Amino acid sequence: MATTTPDPAAVDSQTLTLVQAVREGLYTEMKRDDDVLILGEDVGDNDGVFRATEGLVDEFGSDRVMDTPLAESAIIGTSIGMAVRGFRPVPELQFMGFVYPAFDQLVNHAARFRTRSRGRFTCPLTVRVPYGGGIRAPEHHSESTEAFFAHQPGLKVVVPSTPYDAKGLLASAIEDPDPVVFLEPKLIYRSFKREVPDERYTVPIGEANVLREGSDVAVFTWGAMVRPTLEAAETLAEDGIDCHVVDVRSIYPLDEETIVDAFKRTGRGVVVHEAPQTGGMAAELTSTIQEEAVLYQKAPIKRITGYDTPFPLYALEDYYLPSAARIEHGIRETVEF
Amino acid sequence: MSFEPGFHAEEQILDEDGRVLDGETPPDLDDDVFVDMYKQMRLCRQFDKRAVSLQRQGRMGTYSTMLAHEGALVGSAFALRDDDWIVPYYRDHGATVTHGLGFEHILQYYMGHEEGSVVPEDTSVFPICITIGDQIPHATGAGMASKLRDGDDSAVVCYFGDGATSEGDFHEGLNFAGVFDTPNVFFCLNNQWAISTPIEKQTAASTLAQKASGYGFDGVRVDGMDPLAVYEVTRKALETARDAESEAPRPTLVEALLYRIGAHNTSDDPSNYRQESETEPWRERDPISRMETFLRERGLLSDERIAAIEEENTEEIESAVEIAEAYEPDPDDIFEHVFDELPDRIEEQRAAFRELHEQYGDEAFLRD
Ligand SMILES: Cc1ncc(C[n+]2csc(CCOP(=O)(O)OP(=O)(O)O)c2C)c(N)n1
Ligand SMILES: [Mg+2]
Repeated sequence: MATTTPDPAAVDSQTLTLVQAVREGLYTEMKRDDDVLILGEDVGDNDGVFRATEGLVDEFGSDRVMDTPLAESAIIGTSIGMAVRGFRPVPELQFMGFVYPAFDQLVNHAARFRTRSRGRFTCPLTVRVPYGGGIRAPEHHSESTEAFFAHQPGLKVVVPSTPYDAKGLLASAIEDPDPVVFLEPKLIYRSFKREVPDERYTVPIGEANVLREGSDVAVFTWGAMVRPTLEAAETLAEDGIDCHVVDVRSIYPLDEETIVDAFKRTGRGVVVHEAPQTGGMAAELTSTIQEEAVLYQKAPIKRITGYDTPFPLYALEDYYLPSAARIEHGIRETVEF
Repeated sequence: MSFEPGFHAEEQILDEDGRVLDGETPPDLDDDVFVDMYKQMRLCRQFDKRAVSLQRQGRMGTYSTMLAHEGALVGSAFALRDDDWIVPYYRDHGATVTHGLGFEHILQYYMGHEEGSVVPEDTSVFPICITIGDQIPHATGAGMASKLRDGDDSAVVCYFGDGATSEGDFHEGLNFAGVFDTPNVFFCLNNQWAISTPIEKQTAASTLAQKASGYGFDGVRVDGMDPLAVYEVTRKALETARDAESEAPRPTLVEALLYRIGAHNTSDDPSNYRQESETEPWRERDPISRMETFLRERGLLSDERIAAIEEENTEEIESAVEIAEAYEPDPDDIFEHVFDELPDRIEEQRAAFRELHEQYGDEAFLRD
C-alpha cells in the first residue's frame, strides 16, 4: 500500500491522544498555509468544547480562529464564501447532531460549487465534526450519520481511528481542493495515546488501512468501532478464527481495491458500524464486494450495526452500539455459515 | 452598533435589594401567591444543588443549572393558565415544573431515560429541546394550532437562550408568528453567555428585544432577575396573545436580562474564558434574595417559614430522586415507539437483539 507517511519510530515524534493529534494537525496546517482558517462555536477563547483548538487563537489571532455566533448554517455558508475566494476554512460543528441547520449549505452548495461552475469555483473546506456514541452524552450528541454525507456527490468523508491517522488525514483534507467532512470519533478522543510525528505528513484520502492480516474472514470497520472489532478478532484468534481487519478510514471515496482484495483472501465479510443498518455504509461496501468478487463468496456478508431506531438516551446506549461480544458473535456466525 | 453592556431594563419593579421601586406597584396577587413564588424559586435552587451532586456522584449525566434564572422562570410560569403551553429548551425546567411537570421527569431525562420525555396527559409542556433554537418554530406552530381550533384561547410560551437568537429557526419562527399573528410569547433568557460566547459576540444589536420589530410585533426587555416584573410582563404578553379581537399583534418577544453566574453545564469550566469577578455585579441582583426582602418587608416571611419551605422542598426533591432512580429501563425499550407499528426490519432486529441478550446476558453489551 503506497503511502506518503513516515514511520513514527524513525522521526521525531510525541505521544498524543487522537484529539491532541487533531490539534497538532490544525496547528501544522495553519503554520504552513496562511489561508487556513478556523471558525465555529467556542473554538477560540474556550479552545473548543473538546479542546481540539487549544491555544490556536493565542497563536494565530482571532482573524484566523474565529468564535462565531451560534448558527451552523452561517458557519458553513460563510466558510463556503471564503473558500470560493481562495481561503481554506476548517469550520468546526460542535457535534454531529448540530450539523443539520447547515445541511442545506453542505449539500446544495459546498458539494456543488465545482460542478455547477464547471471548475471555475472550488470549495476547499474541511468540516470537522465530532461524532458517535458511547460517552454518556445528552440527546442528539451520539449519532453516526456518515452515510448522509457519503451519499451526497461532491463531498468526501473521512474518519480517523488513531492519533497518527488523525493528523495525517487532516492534512490531506485541508490540502484537498474539494470539501471534506472530517468525522472525529469522540469516544476515542482520549482513550489512548500513540506516537505522532512532529513533521508534516499526509495520510491519503481514499486509502483503507489493513490493521490485521487474516485468512478466514474480512472485517471492515472505522472510527470508534475499530477497537471492539480488534478485540473480537483477538478473542476469535484463540479459537482459531483468523480475522483480516480493515479500517476503512475513507468513507467516500472508498478504497475499493483494498476492500475487495480483503474479501477475496477470505471469501467472507463482516461490516461493523455504529450507524443504523438501513442505508448505512455497510450496504455500500457489501454491494461493492458483490459486484467485484461474487465468485469468491462463501457466506452472506454480515452487517453488525446500530439498529433502525433513534439513538437511545445514554442509559441504553451500550445495548445499541456494537460491542466486542456482539461483533465476535456475528463473525462466528459468518465463519460457521 | 454593539450590545449595550451593564444593566438596562425597561421593566423592573423591585430594586436591587428587593424593595419596590418608587412609582412601581407589585402585581395584584394574593399574599400566598407571592410566598408560593418564593418557595418555587427556592425549590429550583435546591434542585440544582441536588442535581449537580447527583452528576458529580456519577448518578446522572450532564446537567445545566438554572442559577440566577429562577426569578425569570418562576415569575413567567406563574402568569400562565393551566391550559397554556410551554415549549422549553434545557435551562428552563423551573418553568415547566411550575407548570405541573414533576422533577422526576427532569431527572430521568438527564439520567439517560426516554421516560423523562413522557409528559403526563394533563400537562401542557413539550419535551426538552437540546438542539438550539429548533423548538421556536414548534412553539409558533402550537400557537397556530390554538388559533385554528374553535374555542381554544390557550397561549404558547417558548423559552430559549440568547445564543438561540442567532439561529435561523429563531428568525423563521418569529417571522411566522408575525405573519400568522399567533398567540405566542417568545421568552428569551438572555443570560449573556452561550457556553463561552459572550452576548457582544452573539449580536451587534444593542438589545435582543428590538429584534421583534423586524417581525412586526413588540419586544420588551425586563429585569430577568426580578420575579415580579417578569410576572407582570408575561401576564401582559399573555393577555395580548389571547386577544384575538384587538388590532395589536398577538405575539411578544420578551428579553429577560439576567446572567449565567454558573458554568454552562457540568462539563464546562468558565475559567477558560471569563473572570469570576465578572459575575459579581449580577450576584448582587439575586432573584431569591430580592424576593425574600420583598416578602419580609410585608411581613409575609419569617425564618421559621423559610426553614419549613426548605424542608418541604427537600422532601419534594428527594421523592423525585427516589422515583427517578427506581426506574429501570428494559433494554428492549430501544425498539419501542419508533412507529405506531414496527416495520418487519425493526422486528427482526429486535428479535436478534433479544436472542443475543438471552444468550450472553448484559456482559456482552455493557462497557465499564
Ligand atoms: C443547533 C445546536 N448547535 C450547537 C449546540 C451546542 N450548544 C449547546 S448549548 C449551547 C449554547 C446555548 O446558549 P444559549 O442559547 O444562550 O442558552 P444558555 O445555555 O445560555 O441558556 C451550544 C452552542 C446545540 N445544542 N444545538
Ligand atoms: Mg445564554
